[in-house]
Amino acid sequence: MVRKTKRRRWTRDDTELTLLAVPTFVWYILFSFLPMFGIFIAFKRYQIFPGKSFLYNLIHSEWVGFANFKYLIESKSLYILLRNTIGYNLIFIVLGILIPVTLAIMISMIYSKRKSKVYQTAMFFPHFLSWVVVSYFVYAFLSYDKGILNSLMQTLGQERVQWYMESKYWPYILVFMSLWKSTGYNMVVYLASITGIDPSLYEAAVVDGATQWQQVKHITLPSLRPIIIMMFILSVGKIFYSDFGLFYQVTRGIPASLYDTVSTIDTYVYNALLSSTPIGMTSAATVFQSVACCITILLANWIVRKIDEDYAII
Amino acid sequence: MNKGKENAGTNRLNSIKSSTNLLFNTTFIILSLMCIIPFIFVFIISISSEGSIARNGYQFFPDALSLSAYEFLWNEKDVIINAFGISVIVTALGTLLGVALTTSMGYVLSRSNYKLKNFFTWVVFIPMIFNGGMVASYVVNANILGLSNTIWALILPLAVNSFNVVICKTFFQTTISESIIESAKIEGASQLSIYLRIIVPISKPVFATIALFLAFGYWNDWFQSSLYIREQSLLSLQALLNNIQKNIEYLANNPSAGLSMQQYVNQMPAEGVRMAIAVIIVLPIACAYPFFQRYFVTGLTIGAVKG
Repeated sequence: MVRKTKRRRWTRDDTELTLLAVPTFVWYILFSFLPMFGIFIAFKRYQIFPGKSFLYNLIHSEWVGFANFKYLIESKSLYILLRNTIGYNLIFIVLGILIPVTLAIMISMIYSKRKSKVYQTAMFFPHFLSWVVVSYFVYAFLSYDKGILNSLMQTLGQERVQWYMESKYWPYILVFMSLWKSTGYNMVVYLASITGIDPSLYEAAVVDGATQWQQVKHITLPSLRPIIIMMFILSVGKIFYSDFGLFYQVTRGIPASLYDTVSTIDTYVYNALLSSTPIGMTSAATVFQSVACCITILLANWIVRKIDEDYAII
Repeated sequence: MNKGKENAGTNRLNSIKSSTNLLFNTTFIILSLMCIIPFIFVFIISISSEGSIARNGYQFFPDALSLSAYEFLWNEKDVIINAFGISVIVTALGTLLGVALTTSMGYVLSRSNYKLKNFFTWVVFIPMIFNGGMVASYVVNANILGLSNTIWALILPLAVNSFNVVICKTFFQTTISESIIESAKIEGASQLSIYLRIIVPISKPVFATIALFLAFGYWNDWFQSSLYIREQSLLSLQALLNNIQKNIEYLANNPSAGLSMQQYVNQMPAEGVRMAIAVIIVLPIACAYPFFQRYFVTGLTIGAVKG
């Protein structure tokens, strides 16, 4: 950057601040930037030379250009993985904004603040659980021979269902579980914004004879716009990523019969990583994911910036 | 006693009708129960007798209660205490390290006169929109840094994330007045001692927020474990729970007196044991989070203010 003013000299302050930043900088180099060079794996036919280090292997492996990507694209799985990853994410994004915003507005209107606190605390709870733990919760309901859902079905004279084998139920189960875990947290976030709205706006509206619904429409929702847009960009930026635990743990490791319904890019990569799939191909999938995501987040931000400069996050 | 408080809302200018209030309350009671009941259910299963589970499946009101699952875990306490210890160490060390790394960078980025500010801002920003992907991270951690089967594989990769750094930076920018720092500098304090003696004490809310984000992240992590840890003695509680989903037998190592290994395994209250471990994991969280809940929201609302 060219500055007109005279360049400031390097001071003792700068040295001290640099020293303070160095540990974190080293962390970023090792855990964020070094892996970025790992994308080369996707363009190589990675070979293991006995007794050599990983870097040696990487450098001496043959360049294959986009062959790994071609293979990935030609395999039928890419279509399924993309469809599932993006499809589920779109549903999560839409419902993950609509439902929590509605609930936040509702809970802000409840008379008793004490009750409202109790509801918030209860609904916040799932946010603090890992998907491993949640998968046991789900199992208690869906297990074929012991699950309470099947006991209930039997009492009602219905057939027991092999929940973990029937793919048709899973889109609903996954969407439900995703919302179950995130709704409370998101609701509280939106509620925090609602609490911050200047009360005099509502007072003025009431004086003008505005109904409850008009107040929500003309005061609450517009005030929530910035945070909604921010949450939207953040989730669109992750549209090629899936919540691995949700898809992998809640289905109990993705049984074969559910593969087409619940596999996402992340579950594919995870399985490939721990199996004997060539590392180049697996890497191609993650590089595709990173690049696609980078483009999406910039695009989403660009669109938002077009609409309203202030709401862009970058 | 709470009558006045209860009705405070009705005096508000923009209050809803009391029938609507009732409807909303009912909705939230149902939703709250939906969030809590699964845990209670799992707890009940963990104290149901194995026989009752075998006869009637999982039930909210089992025929017979039994503590055999917890007794079994007590008998195998070596494994459980070890896993618990790993979870605690990872959470404590990780949180400390993460808070130190995150807030120091946040502070540096908040200094408007710092010469390398732009450079480090990019260092923090680029990983927010681009990363090398899971495979590359795995290769770097496992093959280049050699973290496999060490406790550091559970700690280091999760220590910093850019979102937290930005939260800190924004917090310091908006709450710390330049004059405090200037006057400390005039008195000859170095930036490190300013950070330790001034910033840390007056920024407790943001430190608490970051610490809690990290602590819950570490406590709940099983993914790092599943990638990098094969060594039994390094399994955390979450990893243990993850592993026994398919194969619970390896938990059985200490046959009670007079039983052969096979008898012991056969007698194991397998259903209850799984759920009991889930309860052991969740219980500390369930007890702690109501006190810390507000910091989570603080974090997000600070982060939302553009820096």
